Amino acid sequence: MSPKGIPEAVIAAVSGEEHPIAPFLRMDRMPHIWCSTCGIGTTVKALAAAFEKLGTDLDKVAIVSGIGCTGRVAGYVRLDSFHTTHGRPIPFATGLKLANPELDVIVFSGDGDLVAIGGNHFIHAARRNMDIKVVCVNNFIYGMTGGQVAPTTPLTALTSTTPYGNAEPPFNLCHLAAACGANYVARWTALHVRRLTKAFTEILVKPGFCFVEIITPCSTLYARKNRLGTGLDIMKYYHDNTVIEHGADPAEADIVFGGPIICGKFVERDRPTWLEYQDQHLTERLGEKYFRAKALQEACER
Amino acid sequence: MKADPVGVRTGTFYLDGDRAAAEGAIAAGCRFFAGYPITPSTECAEHISERFPEVGGIFIQMEDEIASITAIIGAAWGGARSMTVTSGPGVSLMMENIGLAAMLETPCVVANVQRGGPSTGLPTMVGQADVMQARWGSHGDYEIIAYSPQSPQEAFDFTVKAFNMAEKYRTPVMVLLDECVGHMVEKVVIPPADAIEVEPRRLTDAAKGEYLPYAYGDDLVPDMAEAGMGYRFHVTGLTHDERGYPEMSVRCQDWLVPRLVAKIRQSADDIVEFDEENADGADVVVVSYGISARVSRMAIDLAREEGIEVGFFRLRTIWPFPEKRIAELAKKIKAFVVVEINLGQIFYEVERCARGQCETLLSPHAGGGVHDPEDILKVIEKGAKAK
Repeated sequence: MSPKGIPEAVIAAVSGEEHPIAPFLRMDRMPHIWCSTCGIGTTVKALAAAFEKLGTDLDKVAIVSGIGCTGRVAGYVRLDSFHTTHGRPIPFATGLKLANPELDVIVFSGDGDLVAIGGNHFIHAARRNMDIKVVCVNNFIYGMTGGQVAPTTPLTALTSTTPYGNAEPPFNLCHLAAACGANYVARWTALHVRRLTKAFTEILVKPGFCFVEIITPCSTLYARKNRLGTGLDIMKYYHDNTVIEHGADPAEADIVFGGPIICGKFVERDRPTWLEYQDQHLTERLGEKYFRAKALQEACER
Repeated sequence: MKADPVGVRTGTFYLDGDRAAAEGAIAAGCRFFAGYPITPSTECAEHISERFPEVGGIFIQMEDEIASITAIIGAAWGGARSMTVTSGPGVSLMMENIGLAAMLETPCVVANVQRGGPSTGLPTMVGQADVMQARWGSHGDYEIIAYSPQSPQEAFDFTVKAFNMAEKYRTPVMVLLDECVGHMVEKVVIPPADAIEVEPRRLTDAAKGEYLPYAYGDDLVPDMAEAGMGYRFHVTGLTHDERGYPEMSVRCQDWLVPRLVAKIRQSADDIVEFDEENADGADVVVVSYGISARVSRMAIDLAREEGIEVGFFRLRTIWPFPEKRIAELAKKIKAFVVVEINLGQIFYEVERCARGQCETLLSPHAGGGVHDPEDILKVIEKGAKAK
């Protein structure tokens, strides 16, 4: 921050200097559509920072999004990027990754997209331990369509389709991912930029289905309907109510309206990925008849 | 270019249509398959699951048909020739993403082994009532290419063609088998690899930083990039400009959608295929496709024995529709008789193209079996009496 408290990025923009992550973005698409105080931009910045830290070859990264506010991420990153249909970024990413296993394939989408309409794909990709990285920006609500209840909305919360308060229990996404077999499961908030960036650096080098949930403010809809204050108030809430507990049992990390938010890296394990298991199994069963066996042998020798 | 010999099982075989389609796909270079079990298409997926490990393909059974179609679209953008196979209920589930494939201009192949519908209908029994769904099933304006094989040999041949047309026009292509063709076992000759033409992907050779995903030339088909080539391109199911960027405007919609339709329509002469026998000089022309075309032959023979001048017009492609030829024939004949296992789908298309120049009559069948040739004969007799 500058002495006057103005963010450096703002000063840089005003003074004509390039924003540090501008090379990572499609600047010809700015301004973006996200509301002021929305947390999605923060998560994109953290991903860019993780790429920079790792020195990732960005020509070999593909981002796949579905529909919704977070679904627009694919459109703003200067990468091979696919804005697909509602709920379907995970199967799209599955095809993309298996057709070209050299790619780092990242699904970046919202809670409604990934676990409501896309919930079946989410659990099966985790079960298969498909080698894709799934980033879920969870703002507890359908933002793009005007603030309807989501399968992540906490009990009693107000939305435009639960005007008397939500009476359906929500999913605990980290518990779901862990139970289905994900290799890596973590939860952070949009306040935890450093830790989120670290989580991204971890999943980018970790094989298998990796899941990061980011609790994110939607001050335009969720916060307004529930009288949670401004974006800054929500950041203060995250600051005061986050409990960081690495290795916590995700089953115990339910999100309750007005309650603490348990964050941390909950799961890190090494189940073989879908393709690793196929290769191992089919090489055992078919030997040299397995077409990929020769390529795998050469890779091992290198 | 010629087919990769790794995937071509040259020889003479007894195969059902489902398995012949699988061999056609592999011969055409298909190396990614995602599917979900559904009668009567499953033999195709089973065959591919057995063959793919030996040819370097990836077979994955997905959690549903929506995932299957979406995975093959993703795989196409990852550089694979890709395919899924299903039947009526599965096609219904796939429709939104067939629209995505059309909108992103993704080459891929969807085979539909048609059964009786609607809904769960007659899972193990034949139907031909998905031909209009193939054309209009996804929302919005787009064109589709669809083949209709009448035998296992054609299931092989037409699946190869389907892959080629998918690449040439950057579009999803459907192969509309029916349960009879899918399950009948006949001789299938698979030629040597160097006798099978395979259309290469239209990959861009633009300099990095200068590639426009939806810039196009006279053939209206843009050149494609695949993920990982270094172009860092963006594509979206939203209405988009030549950069692939979303633009919500009448101007952009008018720039994009008419081209999606025109790229197929203006090339209809290159795509459309039909067989015609004795249509010139006939009083009645029978129009049919798939298994119904084979059943129609007996009715035609019976009608000729009665002295009726009957011609035959078999659709090898259903979409685009052979509008020009049907319109020409309409001026010369008394009646078309459309034979199909539905209650009137291609019938209306023939009637539209005939523009009242002759009668158009339907020989319908609700599904579950094929026509009794005597029933077709009665309609031909009626057509012969038309003025």
